[in-house]
Amino acid sequence: MTPTIFVPCDAAALAVGADKVAAAITAELSARGLNATIVRNGSRGLHWLEPLIEVRTDHGRIAYGPVRPADVPGLFDAGFLSGGDHPLRHGRTKDMPFLKGQTRLTFARCGVTDPLSLEDYRHYQGLKGLEKAVTMPPADIVREVTDSGLRGRGGAGFPTGIKWNTVLGAPGAQKYIVCNADEGDSGTFADRMIMEGDPFVLIEGMAIAGIATGATKGYIYTRSEYPHAVAIMRRAIEIARRAGILGPSVLGSAHAFDMEVRVGAGAYVCGEETSLLNSLEGKRGVVRAKPPLPALEGLFGCPTVVNNVMSLASVPVILDRGAAFYRDFGVGRSHGTIPIQLAGNIKHGGLYETAFGLTLGELIHDIGGGTASGRPVKAVQVGGPLGAYFPPALFDTVFDYEAFAARGGLIGHAGIVVFDDTADMLKQARFAMEFCAVESCGKCTPCRIGAVRGTEVLDKIAKGESPEANIALLEDLCNTMKLGSLCALGGFAPYPVESALTHFPDDFDKNPFLQAAE
Amino acid sequence: MDLQDSAQDITERTAEIVSRNAQLEGPLLPILHDVHHAFGCVPDAAIQPIADGLNLSRAEVHGVVSFYHDFRKSPAGRHTLKLCRAEACQSVGGDRLAEDVMQALGINWHETTPDGRITLEPVYCLGLCSCAPAAMMDDTLHGRLDAASVKDIVAEASR
Repeated sequence: MTPTIFVPCDAAALAVGADKVAAAITAELSARGLNATIVRNGSRGLHWLEPLIEVRTDHGRIAYGPVRPADVPGLFDAGFLSGGDHPLRHGRTKDMPFLKGQTRLTFARCGVTDPLSLEDYRHYQGLKGLEKAVTMPPADIVREVTDSGLRGRGGAGFPTGIKWNTVLGAPGAQKYIVCNADEGDSGTFADRMIMEGDPFVLIEGMAIAGIATGATKGYIYTRSEYPHAVAIMRRAIEIARRAGILGPSVLGSAHAFDMEVRVGAGAYVCGEETSLLNSLEGKRGVVRAKPPLPALEGLFGCPTVVNNVMSLASVPVILDRGAAFYRDFGVGRSHGTIPIQLAGNIKHGGLYETAFGLTLGELIHDIGGGTASGRPVKAVQVGGPLGAYFPPALFDTVFDYEAFAARGGLIGHAGIVVFDDTADMLKQARFAMEFCAVESCGKCTPCRIGAVRGTEVLDKIAKGESPEANIALLEDLCNTMKLGSLCALGGFAPYPVESALTHFPDDFDKNPFLQAAE
Repeated sequence: MDLQDSAQDITERTAEIVSRNAQLEGPLLPILHDVHHAFGCVPDAAIQPIADGLNLSRAEVHGVVSFYHDFRKSPAGRHTLKLCRAEACQSVGGDRLAEDVMQALGINWHETTPDGRITLEPVYCLGLCSCAPAAMMDDTLHGRLDAASVKDIVAEASR
């Protein structure tokens, strides 16, 4: 049997040299006169070990990592093609603690398969959800998704099935499925990983959404910062079209559905759904007032489902295994699994899919292994640049939508960025305002002007200028932005600012006399 | 090629790009990406043919071009270094790294080195937040950067 070697093609693996490792393996194979198949799989999500290469053996897949090109000859000497021992060897991939503790429903195939092999996709239970969906009345599909308890994974947490039901019931000759893949939050990469590692699951989820709501056209709107995801997604769509998964007759049924990828142009605000729709239409990515809801008047004024990548990629398993199966995971009103992204200053960074319900402390210390720098954790930001900073005192917060909201935070897209004790929280608060000012679409005043004024006020506080008056002014400004902004950019930018101020007041105490004495 | 020819060349090639994308729904962004790819920027001379092709005013096209960070008014240097400035990269020393790069190149954000080799642009997240600090030199991604590796990347591009 020809050995099979897996070298990830995920952007995170590429960024740390996966292509060079693949080239070194190819060169070593030919130098030694050996034969092996190299499969470029997605990432398993153990990013601190990337490039994490695997070899298929009689005892399952064996993992080695992080592999540098210089390690390759040594791996061959150690007999890694048959799972030989080596300092970089981690044993069977599926037994690695970081993977073993996970419940992978959405990411079941990511890192396991060749992302562009339909054969692999089918072999690992792919297309079963869509095969069921084409035989079901649309209302039954919508009910299944509603009953699963799936809530929008983009951040808002709105029940996906209810949104679909609105579109199903809306009159319109043309309806659309728009996949929001404009994953701009720092600390998040789950959408990118799925598009690069298992693109067919997103295609399948969108096709199911189309059949369920009567939409025949889908768009994936993603970022120009994700060139690899764009390329893989486009190739996967082409393959799906040729295989009859997309086109005038989805899997031979009476349903038509096709889709294409559209690329943004570096505007963070286009991750907001109405701004995204304007951008897709070829306009400035300015936020629209709601109502009308996109479900009734969305893309080109037609009824439109706008769902996040993670929501749509979770649909196939729900249809395949049933609503009850999915619903049984999780806690409270947060059902199913959530792909959590551990990022920033963390020892074991990567993707961890689990049922809702772990605490922040478990995620950061037990799973993430604490900081990469080895210093104490000072703060974590959950939910991207608009998410609150939580101190270790709040690490008992349970990962679910309501628990985070109750503590003045938000899950957002489930990215966690860890900071050690060298972080200056005033600087982080200032960055939140600066970022909002750079990325504001300019439509509403609280965001457009408030963010600029917020940056200025924070600069004054940093200089120690009338701190009490300026902190009061900042709090007032935050309140105005929260209550008066049209969308989440201006509305949530105060969260990191206020939380930094509440939990880390010492960082805002820049007494000029003390500074002068230093 | 004098300026007149060049403007005419831009007009013709832009009109060709517009007609190639005309059947798309909402074709303006795909057109602007193609124009940007062809010229390294969205030149002023491209605005009129796009407006003509899509039955928009020049002001509307200009408004869209100016909204998006990606679309440049003039071409970048031979290489573009995009350094991530977002929180995950900040948490592992991204700010310091950016300062080092700016000092080494003698330029600030959005500027190009006097020899025209490298343009430095900020980027807010490359999705490499678990392998931070991260950067993209032209089309190549780099993660887990430190002072030494970023120096190598810049040196390679400067050759």
